[in-house]
Amino acid sequence: MPHIQIPSPLRQYSGKQASVDVPAKTVGEALAVLVSQHPDLKRHLYTEEGKLRTFVNVYVNDEDMRYLQKEATALNDGDTISIVPSIAGGSF
Amino acid sequence: MLRLSQSAYASLRQHGEETYPHECCGVLLGRFDDDGAKTVGRVVRCFNTRADSPHNRYSINPRELIHIQREGRERGEDIVGFYHSHPDHPAQWSSTDLAEAHWFGCSYVITSVENGAAATTNSFQLVGTDEADKKFVDEKIEVI
Repeated sequence: MPHIQIPSPLRQYSGKQASVDVPAKTVGEALAVLVSQHPDLKRHLYTEEGKLRTFVNVYVNDEDMRYLQKEATALNDGDTISIVPSIAGGSF
Repeated sequence: MLRLSQSAYASLRQHGEETYPHECCGVLLGRFDDDGAKTVGRVVRCFNTRADSPHNRYSINPRELIHIQREGRERGEDIVGFYHSHPDHPAQWSSTDLAEAHWFGCSYVITSVENGAAATTNSFQLVGTDEADKKFVDEKIEVI
């Protein structure tokens, strides 16, 4: 079964779990399962319009899903989905 | 509070000197302690991907972060914070730093580098419940 790695700041909304197994065939399904199991995660991942927030990166194994088939990206057993909020900034 | 060893503290400050006049950046791996503090076990240097404006911007490639996170988990470490430098600029968070910060509960360490020499190092913890109410609060650094 694929699983989703939860970054430390979001674990308070995933029952403190660092990894969540998701029975899903695509990335979109996997994220939908995740937020259905942990509804408090939804507003941190999606805008009110239901779009993934721009600073939320979703990787399937080592690939950015935006350069695969986005939410339609197919998953295999054992795939790892990583949710990675962006890290950036600057001096002014 | 952010606890880190003398060598870790020196490493992140030295990184800022090495990349001057560009910003450096990296990840702090360690653990969240029961008392609310964080203890850094390792400082991992990252590549600043902001080639368009490296003197006043930094960004870490998410793929690099995933690798660091994976390696950390294998050692029982978590991402507890990040660091970057402000070349010839104060060690205070900027509006850009806040706008681009999304790791609640984590530390954001900033070192000012003046004329190539590391000066002040400050840490700020990102607090809040979502993007609307997030803010940085000063965080004490304890070098152990």
